[in-house]
Amino acid sequence: MVDKKQALLLEDFDIEIVSRDLNFYYGDNQALFGISVGMPAKQVTALIGPSGCGKSTFLRTLNRMNDIIPGARVEGQVLISGKDIYQHGTDVVKLRRKVGMVFQKSNPFPKSIFENVAYGPRIHGTRDRQQLAAIVEKSLVRAGLWEEVKDRLNDNALGLSGGQQQRLCIARALAVDPQILLMDEPASALDPKSTARVEDLIGELRELYTIVIVTHNMQQAARVSDFTAFFYEGALVEFNATKLIFTNPKEKQTEDYITGRFG
Amino acid sequence: MSGSFSENLIYGLLRAITYAIVLLVGYILFDIVIKGLPVLNWEFVSGYPHQSGASGGILPAIAGTFYLVLGTISVALPLGVGSAIYLSEYAFQGKFTTIIRMAIITLAGVPSIVYGLFGLGLFVLFFRFGASILSGSLTLACMVLPTIIVASEEALRAVPKGYREASLALGATKWETIRTNVLPYSLSGMITGSILGVGRAAGETAPILLTVAAFFLPKLPNSIFDQVMALPYHLYILATQHPDAEKVRPMQYGTALVLLLLVLGLSLGAIFIRAHYRKKYKW
Amino acid sequence: MLIGAASTSVLIVVLIFLFLGKEAAPFALTPGLSALFDSKWIPVSFQRERFGILPLLSGSALVTLLAMLITIPFSVLGAIYIAELAKPLEREILKPFIEILASIPSVVLGFFGLVVLAPLVKSFFGLNTGLNALTGAILLSIMAIPTVISISEDALNSVPHVYKRASLALGASQLQTIFRVTVPAALPGIIAAVMLGVGRVIGETMAVMMVTGNAAIITANPLDPVRTMTATIAAEMGEVPFGSVHYQALFCIGVVLLLVTFGLNVIGQQVLRRYGMRQ
Repeated sequence: MVDKKQALLLEDFDIEIVSRDLNFYYGDNQALFGISVGMPAKQVTALIGPSGCGKSTFLRTLNRMNDIIPGARVEGQVLISGKDIYQHGTDVVKLRRKVGMVFQKSNPFPKSIFENVAYGPRIHGTRDRQQLAAIVEKSLVRAGLWEEVKDRLNDNALGLSGGQQQRLCIARALAVDPQILLMDEPASALDPKSTARVEDLIGELRELYTIVIVTHNMQQAARVSDFTAFFYEGALVEFNATKLIFTNPKEKQTEDYITGRFG
Repeated sequence: MSGSFSENLIYGLLRAITYAIVLLVGYILFDIVIKGLPVLNWEFVSGYPHQSGASGGILPAIAGTFYLVLGTISVALPLGVGSAIYLSEYAFQGKFTTIIRMAIITLAGVPSIVYGLFGLGLFVLFFRFGASILSGSLTLACMVLPTIIVASEEALRAVPKGYREASLALGATKWETIRTNVLPYSLSGMITGSILGVGRAAGETAPILLTVAAFFLPKLPNSIFDQVMALPYHLYILATQHPDAEKVRPMQYGTALVLLLLVLGLSLGAIFIRAHYRKKYKW
Repeated sequence: MLIGAASTSVLIVVLIFLFLGKEAAPFALTPGLSALFDSKWIPVSFQRERFGILPLLSGSALVTLLAMLITIPFSVLGAIYIAELAKPLEREILKPFIEILASIPSVVLGFFGLVVLAPLVKSFFGLNTGLNALTGAILLSIMAIPTVISISEDALNSVPHVYKRASLALGASQLQTIFRVTVPAALPGIIAAVMLGVGRVIGETMAVMMVTGNAAIITANPLDPVRTMTATIAAEMGEVPFGSVHYQALFCIGVVLLLVTFGLNVIGQQVLRRYGMRQ
């Protein structure tokens, strides 16, 4: 079980994601050391820490994207809605429908805007053109991009600006109707204005999805998240409500990081 | 000491050498075109040879080359593309992969006449296909396989990794990802590589010498077990073994020109396709 | 299924070695492999047949050596020009020409050699015939130049820009930089290119068959006619009775060819890989 402190803290929430004693290895190198943490449903949890501390690696264990890396090895459990996703026989494809991901560098397919968003539902069996159109519209609206592209859905997605492309990727991830949304530094490649839009978006999406976001920008974490987990050199140092992490950190390492002494 | 004069001298020398090569190519092409063009007319291209090739047309040779190319491509393309997909998308960095890569490099370096011997030993004799389009195509397919694999793999690797990741993260299976998000964008590279391979196959003589080619076969083939004439072989025999070499000189040039046009046409076609698709899918 | 496709390459290589060896093997018993070391190749004779491959090896070697003497300077210097000195517009014209040269079928080049080059050599040197090692070598170098140029060019382009910049910053001229810094740095790649070129030349059949005169003698005189290993196989295979000793001897030559080109190719690729270039 997650440790007592966490348990107390998260009492009032539905815990959607739990990792238990999670160790992760790239070949012979251990990258994550005994991570035990719980992330509540319909809340935003931020993962912060200096570069190389393992936060992105941990994020990728949540939808098993690390599987595609040769030599990757996992010990321990990750429970999503109570089921261990690393158990033998888990349907990884279904898992990834439930747990969506937005990457740091936006990577829209070189197809039209419509086709980008429709890709997920199409793969999962939706063929009816009208249904797809409805899904595409809903997703683009949720991602805050609809107004800007509704008249040019057939244009190539690569013609959009950086911020628009990232919101397109968010729409694309939303189109498969996930429960959980993982975001790996979604705004780090964007200009301040686009970053602000993405942050607003996260605030809006929070009521519909459980969001876990990796960010190296502490102010962003403070603005956007409800809970924060601080990682350092592959271990979870502290987990708390965001307000408390930033105003009253319990561990010295956390305090040092937040006050900018390293990182 | 590095006076501007000696520098310019060397510079000029380098330039002269490089352009000498260009001139040479130009001269070769020029010679063949000039002397071959007068022979090129509809009868030449669509007629049958007479007088042991001294007059008439070369239709059977053109047809033969065409069938061989068709046969080669139908075997080499699926095998080559399949290998490339495996190597690029599925293979681990293990021993097996290394062996495959070594094999490909080896195949690329085998001399064409050795392929001819191989084709003779395996297809003509052991499988008893005899000297036939089948034997010739299979032999040529082995020869162009490395070219197609290398070109296809490069095309696959050129597709950004991000597409694969995004597709997998949306819940697509590996094969779905490849089918919908990798193959379509690598298709042009694969086609280019295949056409270049085909061009080579069309112009090769040594492999078909022992496995399919006939010199005077003034009729079109009926089945893949037939022997055929072929352009390269026809040119070779006309040039070296025809008793009246001087007299058939025009035929030689005509054949050479047709072959040259065929091969160069394929190369240009490949380059054109590659440029066209590059514009369409810029990323 | 894809694994199956990929394995065919390995399968084919194995089969090539297997079947060549199979047809050549009986020769090892009668008349025995030492017969190959004879100095004469007279496979058809009323007296005694001789299966010495030394004349053929000598022919291949002579022609290859001469060809490389021509190829190396032209290719390396040409590559230097294209990679370092040519303007982008020039490059756009030069590279297609080289590619065109590379795609001309060998039989067409052989034909050109027969009809244009050989008479030139004949009149230039005042000989009876222009069919000799020299003509063959010239033709072969025309065929090898595209290969050696393009790989050398890749090697030169792979030299890190920082080296060139450092040299220029120290006040060296462009030519000095090229010959003292860039070329030495690219040398492994250039050597590999040459090795691959040699492999190509040794393995060439049609062009040599048409212009080298086809006399199986041991000689170092470029104006003598010679016979290469490749030409021997191609020329004699058509009339040889299946399964005869002559037939097996030809396959033995094939095995030798295979081993030589295989060795050259492997070493060339190793050199390329060791020095960090993709091939």
